[in-house]
Amino acid sequence: MTEALTAVPYPAPQRRMLSLLVDNAPGVLMRIAALFRRRGINIHSLAVSVTEDPKLSRITMVVECPAARSELLVRQLRRLVEVHHVQDITDARRTERELALVKVTAPSAVRHQVLEAARVFRARPVDLTEETVTLETTGSSEKIDALIDVLRQHGIREVVRTGAVALLRGSATT
Amino acid sequence: MQTTVERSTRTVQGARAVVRLLEESGVRWVFGHPGGASLPLYDALYDASHLRHVLVRHEQVAAHAATGYARASGQVGVCTATSGPGATNLVTGLADALMDSVPVLAITGQVVRPNIGTDAFQEADVTAITMPVTKHNYLVLEPRDLPRVVREALYLCRAGRPGPVLVDIPRDVLQSEIPEDLLTEPFQPRYRPALDGDPARIAEAAEAISTSRRPILYVGGGAQDASEPLARLARRCRIPVTVTLMGKGAFDETDPLCLGMLGMHGTAYANYAINEADLVIAVGARFDDRVTGRLRDFCPHARFIHIDIDPAEIGKNKPAHIPIVGDARRVLEALEPLVRPPDVEAWWRQIEEWRARYPLRWRPGRMLKPQQVIQAIYEATRGEAIVTTDVGQHQMWAAQYYRCRRPRQFISSGGLGTMGFGFPAAIGAQFAHPDALVVAIVGDGGFQMTMQDLITAVEWRLPLKIYVINNASLGMVRQWQQLFYRERYCAVHLQNPDFARIAEAFGAVGFRVTTEEQMHDAIARSLAVCDRPVVVDFLVDPEENCYPMIPSGQSVKEMIIGD
Repeated sequence: MTEALTAVPYPAPQRRMLSLLVDNAPGVLMRIAALFRRRGINIHSLAVSVTEDPKLSRITMVVECPAARSELLVRQLRRLVEVHHVQDITDARRTERELALVKVTAPSAVRHQVLEAARVFRARPVDLTEETVTLETTGSSEKIDALIDVLRQHGIREVVRTGAVALLRGSATT
Repeated sequence: MQTTVERSTRTVQGARAVVRLLEESGVRWVFGHPGGASLPLYDALYDASHLRHVLVRHEQVAAHAATGYARASGQVGVCTATSGPGATNLVTGLADALMDSVPVLAITGQVVRPNIGTDAFQEADVTAITMPVTKHNYLVLEPRDLPRVVREALYLCRAGRPGPVLVDIPRDVLQSEIPEDLLTEPFQPRYRPALDGDPARIAEAAEAISTSRRPILYVGGGAQDASEPLARLARRCRIPVTVTLMGKGAFDETDPLCLGMLGMHGTAYANYAINEADLVIAVGARFDDRVTGRLRDFCPHARFIHIDIDPAEIGKNKPAHIPIVGDARRVLEALEPLVRPPDVEAWWRQIEEWRARYPLRWRPGRMLKPQQVIQAIYEATRGEAIVTTDVGQHQMWAAQYYRCRRPRQFISSGGLGTMGFGFPAAIGAQFAHPDALVVAIVGDGGFQMTMQDLITAVEWRLPLKIYVINNASLGMVRQWQQLFYRERYCAVHLQNPDFARIAEAFGAVGFRVTTEEQMHDAIARSLAVCDRPVVVDFLVDPEENCYPMIPSGQSVKEMIIGD
């Protein structure tokens, strides 16, 4: 089998993207985090916010976990009383977005190069000083990785990322 | 109209609401120890009509007694402690109840809301501490939530896979006035586990059993309430049954179909049988490492039917070929009529050969043998006592030699392996069944962890029999040091007090036994006492090892049958 045929939608096979619907209440995140911590599983990214129903929050998280264990983890998450729905959407067709702010060293001599890279990636400059440019970009985590790689040669002062959020494509709900 | 308005404005104090809700749900006993933060609860208990409080001397005992009560009765066991040290003392008992899936409700006092997070006197972050040792827990910060939380907690204890639930209530919430009608509001449980197995899977399982040649039932604690359909299935189809430590009593161990306990210290024939089986029917069992040994070598020829109410147990340690998520009783009731008796003639010939060749046995010696003592207890109590145990060698011997015939008869700390569990669990079991004979078979090490509560048993005139299998050592640790650490004995020899005199000092009856004749006499005399606990100190051979044994992480091939 060629790599193209076996490739999964998410770049690193060890990373699993989970989508959870949980009670919007204190302590829920701790219970979920504790479940991963106890098993030595790192949370690569985490995005939490309230949903259309103010009683419920949506968590989109990417965890670094062997694929073989993720199914059991999903069932263990479902066992938590405050967790209403869990789905492993790693292999699902989905719309995925992450937002990043990247502050790059960009003195006037090279600033046009930085802005050109930003244009290609459809990143927007949102702040400017004599020394730096701050870019805002939205897209898949993969695209943001690529932008950061390109900007690295200019010197990245700092980066902040929201972590990916995702919904299934089409009319299916997560 | 006037009365409606009056009704809706009537209030009740939080602590009284808790007591009333417990009473309404049928709770009769609460095991606990008071303190500053839980004073309002005790003030409400003062007026309680049906709910009675049992004062223990250490909160760990309250948790284990609630566990013993719950395991003996099938009802929710309730314990309570104050904030801080009171609550942290419950932790071991909650962890024990979680591991063995026991419905225990713990209510803890918390410091007043304005003081939370200020390192106030006797403050501890109890919900954080107990999060990994409870099925669920609550910190009640809004008085109006209190009735819903208490009802939901009682429900959660028993819904699906049972487990401990803790409710942490600040003192000022206990003192708050809340609208009385909140206590009778319709209650909608939001957590609804699936109870009926998938009919297609059940049909598939029935076919697999009907066409198997070497089937075996592997019965765990989850089958304690499924004994009737289990017995019908086993007896009609002549399927051999092996039970786990938690499954003891779910099937009559004196029935020739029963091969006794399996696993690390199970019978050799149960272990040979399950490892040669072509079909393992796991009922409410979780493939614990003490049962399976090295996972990849466990049951190499078998397909697995795994019946469990907790989906997270299916395929956790061993892949299930036919998974059935549901309540064991309901699934077995649906499954049993569909099964055609398989041809097990050759299989039983093989099993009987193993059973004849490798019986459980012990050799008489100069000193009393622990197995001999347990056999004598078994005979004197005609196998009918409720038996609780601590953890260690005596526990395994009790599991091997005290054959149980009915569910909820054997109460032992299985998953967590909590020394000090046996005696407090016996207190709880006696409250659940005041007229039953309750026997705690404990070790000299474990008993010393909770024996201060002898006074509780004396105070309540509980006729418990506490049989101390005294080998003057931490026997199981000593056995491992002998076998796996080249006899480098470290911190395993115990200098013990005179347990009989300790019993007398507490106002209980005490006997000290060193010979076979004294043994029979002391057991008989202990059974005649009906108004207070009896401690019998059996001084047994300290060198005796517990066999058979499959060393940790190994397989049936490495089983040590005996010296």
